Amino acid sequence: MGRLSWRLANVVEVRPETARVVTLALEVPVWDGHLPGQHVDVRLTAEDGYRAERAYSIASSPDGGRIELAVERLEDGEVSPYLAGELRPGDQLELRGPVGGYFVWEPGRGGPLLLVAGGSGVAPLMAMVRYRAATGREVPARLLYSSRTEEDVIFREELDRLADAGDGLTVTHALTRAQPPGWAGYARRIDAVMLEEVGWRPGERPLIYVCGPTRLVEAVAGDLVALGHDPVRVKTERFGPTGVP
Amino acid sequence: MGGFVSRGFRRRRRTTTDQATRLPPGQYVEPGFPVLSAGPTPRVDLKEWRFKVEGLVKTPREWTWEEIHDLRGSSFEGDIHCVTRWSKLGTSFAGVSVDTLLDAAEPRPEATHVVAFCYGGYTTNLPLEDVRGGKAWVVWDHEGRPLPPEHGGPARLLVPHLYFWKSAKWLNGLRLLDHDAPGFWESLGYHNHGDPWREERYWGD
Repeated sequence: MGRLSWRLANVVEVRPETARVVTLALEVPVWDGHLPGQHVDVRLTAEDGYRAERAYSIASSPDGGRIELAVERLEDGEVSPYLAGELRPGDQLELRGPVGGYFVWEPGRGGPLLLVAGGSGVAPLMAMVRYRAATGREVPARLLYSSRTEEDVIFREELDRLADAGDGLTVTHALTRAQPPGWAGYARRIDAVMLEEVGWRPGERPLIYVCGPTRLVEAVAGDLVALGHDPVRVKTERFGPTGVP
Repeated sequence: MGGFVSRGFRRRRRTTTDQATRLPPGQYVEPGFPVLSAGPTPRVDLKEWRFKVEGLVKTPREWTWEEIHDLRGSSFEGDIHCVTRWSKLGTSFAGVSVDTLLDAAEPRPEATHVVAFCYGGYTTNLPLEDVRGGKAWVVWDHEGRPLPPEHGGPARLLVPHLYFWKSAKWLNGLRLLDHDAPGFWESLGYHNHGDPWREERYWGD
């Protein structure tokens, strides 16, 4: 396999998802495709030559002609405020990829699927959900998605639509900080009881993907193993510092 | 791709001169200690915990938790670099030097590489020369406290001159080989060697 070379992508659309998250749609020349769950490295260069690099999960299905990144603006960040605040259609963005060969899913890997997301950790799982809708509907899938408030739910309408299609995808939301009047979903952090209610039984041998902040991923992965799920079928991706060095 | 400038992008992070000289290319300073793992954190009972040196050695060795603590201790103070671009400067770990463990097992002359194997199934490969000569440790303390499970406790490998995925968490042992055998991430697109100063992140870098 050759070197992953840097290339210039064209920003074709900047779409607000929530108050803090935007989707960047990019056209990448000579893109060989990706697997749902993979990420790209993004490199920014200032006029004085200063550079900053970060990795972002690809949220789009590989069957499309462009790639989409969902970027959450972190106020003390260096790259995300630029991507989610400054970048406009017509700009160019330097990236390389796709990267990552473990936290990936395609229909041939089977299921059933349990996807557990916290916040913007939904991005790589969204690529799986979208790809499944396009090509792998025979694999039943359940998405359990934790957000702070209803306004923080990324891809809300699209997830509703995909779940309403009745093709074997269920979407369950947990809102941890505030819930709208009449909220019928979960109103707490994801816990073992919730995983047991929403997830598959260990005997059904689901493939499980968990992505979100470290605290969520640590807790959920631990709960899943305690419930009897095979640790090798639980794949995790984490972001953010622990807060306790 | 020389000459490309990201319209409107300016440096926001302030890096001291000292930090700048200690940061490998493409890295940034991270004051915290992020957790990255491919799966659930294994829980290892200290009574069951073992550390092994096996493969191409004259005397395969195995230590219990108590036995490894009886070896001459060794500590590291310095910088660590993760392939996901964060670097943690001026951190410290304590445990035992890999030299001490290898010396006890006596590597055979034909041994050229080592595979670190772990509770939970993780593996990573290294040239033997990258873990000898005071360059690698098996550590169980981080900044004066027991290494937490999410950071690899009870004990992890520490090879600070390479990207941190080489510093395998939940370490169970080292296997010496007369050939290279790519480990977990090395089989999934990440660089076989992983020198941060040469920015060896992915295959072909």
